[in-house]
Amino acid sequence: MSLFLIAALPFLGAVLPALLVRASRNAAAGTAAGATALALIGVLTHAPAVMRGEVPMARAPWVPSLGLNANLMLDGLGLLFALLILGIGLLIILYARFYLTRRDPMGKFYALLLLFQGAMLGIVLSDNILMLLIFWELTSLSSFLLIGYWNHLPEGRQGARMALTVTGAGGLAMIAGALLLGQAAGSMELSDIIARREAVQASELYLPALILILAGCFAKSAQFPFHFWLPHAMAAPTPVSAYLHSATMVKAGLFLMARLWPALAGTDAWFLLAASVGLITMVLGAVTALFKDDLKGLLAYSTVSHLGLVTFLLGLGTPAGAVAAVFHIINHATFKAALFMTAGIVDHETGTRDIRRLGGLAAFMPVTFLIGAVAALSMAGVPPLNGFLSKEMMLHEAAHTAWLGSELALPVLAGLAALFSAAYSFRFVAHVFLGKPRLAHAEPPHDPVVWFWLPPAILASLTVLIGLFPQSMAGELVRAAAGAVTAGAAPEIKLKLWHGVNEALMISAAALAGGAAALALHGPLARVWAVVAPPAAKRAFDALVGAATAAARRLTDALHDGDFGRSAAIFSVFAAGLGAWAWTAGGAAPLGAFPAALGPTPPIPLIGWVCLVTATLTLTALHRHRLLALVLIGVTGLMVSLTFSYFSAPDLALTQISVEVVSIILLLLALNFMPRETPRESSAARRARDLAAAAAAGLGVGAAIYAILVGDFAFAPISEFHLANSKTGGGGENVVNVILVDFRGFDTFGEITVLGIAAVLIYALTETIMAGPVRARLLNRRPAEPQAGDAHPMMMVVATRVLMPIALTVAVYIFLRGHNAPGGGFIAGLIVSVAFVMQYMASGFSWAAARQRYPYHAFIGLGVLVAAATGMGAWFNGKPFLTSDFGYVKLPGLEKFELATAALFDLGVFLTVLGAVLLALESLARYAWRPNIASAHPMDIDPTRDEAAQREEGR
Amino acid sequence: MELLFASAVGLLTACGIYLILRRRSFPVIIGLSLLSYAVNLFLFASGRLAVNRPPLLHEGAAGYTDPIPQALVLTAIVISFGMTAVIVMIALSDHLTSRDDRVDAPAGGAADDGVEAPAAQEDAR
Repeated sequence: MSLFLIAALPFLGAVLPALLVRASRNAAAGTAAGATALALIGVLTHAPAVMRGEVPMARAPWVPSLGLNANLMLDGLGLLFALLILGIGLLIILYARFYLTRRDPMGKFYALLLLFQGAMLGIVLSDNILMLLIFWELTSLSSFLLIGYWNHLPEGRQGARMALTVTGAGGLAMIAGALLLGQAAGSMELSDIIARREAVQASELYLPALILILAGCFAKSAQFPFHFWLPHAMAAPTPVSAYLHSATMVKAGLFLMARLWPALAGTDAWFLLAASVGLITMVLGAVTALFKDDLKGLLAYSTVSHLGLVTFLLGLGTPAGAVAAVFHIINHATFKAALFMTAGIVDHETGTRDIRRLGGLAAFMPVTFLIGAVAALSMAGVPPLNGFLSKEMMLHEAAHTAWLGSELALPVLAGLAALFSAAYSFRFVAHVFLGKPRLAHAEPPHDPVVWFWLPPAILASLTVLIGLFPQSMAGELVRAAAGAVTAGAAPEIKLKLWHGVNEALMISAAALAGGAAALALHGPLARVWAVVAPPAAKRAFDALVGAATAAARRLTDALHDGDFGRSAAIFSVFAAGLGAWAWTAGGAAPLGAFPAALGPTPPIPLIGWVCLVTATLTLTALHRHRLLALVLIGVTGLMVSLTFSYFSAPDLALTQISVEVVSIILLLLALNFMPRETPRESSAARRARDLAAAAAAGLGVGAAIYAILVGDFAFAPISEFHLANSKTGGGGENVVNVILVDFRGFDTFGEITVLGIAAVLIYALTETIMAGPVRARLLNRRPAEPQAGDAHPMMMVVATRVLMPIALTVAVYIFLRGHNAPGGGFIAGLIVSVAFVMQYMASGFSWAAARQRYPYHAFIGLGVLVAAATGMGAWFNGKPFLTSDFGYVKLPGLEKFELATAALFDLGVFLTVLGAVLLALESLARYAWRPNIASAHPMDIDPTRDEAAQREEGR
Repeated sequence: MELLFASAVGLLTACGIYLILRRRSFPVIIGLSLLSYAVNLFLFASGRLAVNRPPLLHEGAAGYTDPIPQALVLTAIVISFGMTAVIVMIALSDHLTSRDDRVDAPAGGAADDGVEAPAAQEDAR
């Protein structure tokens, strides 16, 4: 199975549960499990090759100029993690089906879980460090959603937010570090980076890159001092905790440290940073875990401690340490997932996770007890379970390494961590399952259904099997993974249970005995701990976030006092000043250098100029009279349209004039609900200030365009290409239209999408407003002035009805000729819109709405789809998106005419423009709609309103 | 002729900006429309002005004006209609809910205003 398909399967699978949850909860879980199982099988088919030392690859260039390629690879390390992610994922899916209650939305759960799984799988399969970063961020986002799955609980939301803040901030450091590393190595491919150890470590970028990357890994893997987010993430549902904190999310940091081990490890900086942080985390987590009374809190801190252990082993920088790290990753994943699941079962059956209230459950839940005890003893490091083996390897390494100049420090600290690790593991068994029952049960708890305890049971039996037969169960996998981590430098290893009596065994025995003693003394120790415990990191975190928020608010308030005019004036003057500076500093073409300048002015443009200037100045002077302002801006718009026409731009002229019509209608409709006059409220000083700002901007823009117009081109224009290829390549004589639908079709596609979104936004705004109290106020509104007695004048109704087919015919004509003469989809869409709007205006909203069968949203959607489908059609010809084709057809009785796929694309443009314009206008018109004014006859005369108007006047 | 064109664009810009600096939403919208004209004319003229040379290919043409700015401006005109429509709608919604058409946020509470209004509406529902 292709690696691309394996990587895509979880994402494809994520869609199904969300869709199928209406079918049944089993269907949702089943599809999630199916996708995961398929991906697992896919990975397993590659396993024999990977074990032989081959590295299957799948490559596809994405943005090669940036070094970003969708390259996947599956080496030993990737295989180990892929098996953990998918294998434990499969068990989690089964477990969650029985853990979640009917009130929990199961489709959402599985969709998020698979999204997360896909992101994790992407990390471990990526061969490109930039693509790895994308998946890395995706795990932060999807884990945020998973931790906050119960978003009605404040702890869930806070825990999710904290996890996102910490891992997201670490992600930023990681991006910077990865880019530096790529620079240092001269490649963005991981397989290249890890092969260039000397180049990387000799580079002066090595140290900053190392610090940033380790910061990202530590934040992700909950290493000191970023460890505090993990216990708060326990607000998540237990299957999420079991998945994220045993096999996946927190292991991502370890994975990356292991992945980059050949390139980064082996220096003093690496040893000092990684080994020290790992050691501190291991001890701190183990001590804290013993005194947590929440079952999941205990497991959370124990996870922190075990992650520290792996970080420590990787930090040693020795091949033997890497082997132990890899082995412990497997062992920790098995016993920790089983323990989380056990805790979930206990919580599910007894209703509490508080260790102080639990006890004696072994009598009621023997199966759960057995699973929990085996997994906990493995965590404690009791032989012959798998936790014992990797802990022995760790102690062995610790006993033979000097740290900070001391031979003794490491064995002592590692032994201390092992002691507390044994103590909290024993506490998990003794205080929950043994002793006297402390909870008054109305109904005694019992073991759950078999499917609920089967997943942890499978994992618990794995801990036994790996412990007893390490070489045959995990030897090959550890060898392959360790070989990948150390780039082939791993010693020939043979995992076995019994190494004879050595230092490690003695430390281990002492730790187990000490652990049992610490548990016996748990009461007094807990009282001491309550006094000496370090302060809660959450409070510091909250204070930091609060301070940052307050500072941001103060800065915003200082920069922007709510006066829109002030900031807009500052912006205008600043932009004008910037332009003036650029003018004096830059080398512009000399004035008067353009050869084809137009020379003296004939009278017609002069008249147009006078009209435009008069209308604009009058508009500005009299803008308080809003209706008059609308009339005058219509004049200005008409003059702009004529300007386009005069200067050889017929398409623009047609577009401008039709847009002008719909814009004015839109503003008129809006004005209906707004005051008719603008009050005079600016002081003279403020007006003078605004005038100065406006004059500066106007002079600047005028001077700039004058300089452009009379200066020659700084670079040769690219339009020669378009003019030369329009007919031969695009099949059209109207070059502007060919550019729109062919040369730059992708731009146009984006633009019609934006237009459609704008219209839908207007519709949504209207819906929101109309659902609120505004609607009642609108219905009770009294018109400011008496309305015309004749709402639908007969002359106008008849005229618009007659004009309708003519307008449509014109639109069809304009559309069809668009490729070769002025016209096209944009203009045709606007013309049809105007024709429709005329019907609304003449015959009334109700009359027109009753005859309008298809919603305008559908036009927008259809238009975008038609344009997209036309573009995709090119794929079937083996051409890139939106490549157009054309041919000439001769039908009997007609002249030879042209058929171009660009015309289909233009049809999409037409439909979108039509739908968007009409949806916007219709939304506005709905404000005025009242339920009782629907007249039976569109050409009505309302005598009651006439009389009312007369009474108003007579008063 | 160029001077005539440039002065018109400059005037449209100045009047547009002056109206944008007013305190009520309606003049601001009108000002934005004027500014859109100015910007569209500016972009259009960046291909230089030419009379009687439309970019429609035919035999015996003396030459063609630059078609690219025209294509860009054509979509810009339609998009600026969409923008105007959205702004009109926002202004109208604000006027109808707060019974006030000022564009200035009340001093101090600029950020909170928008967050609370929809919540209040949901309650009313």
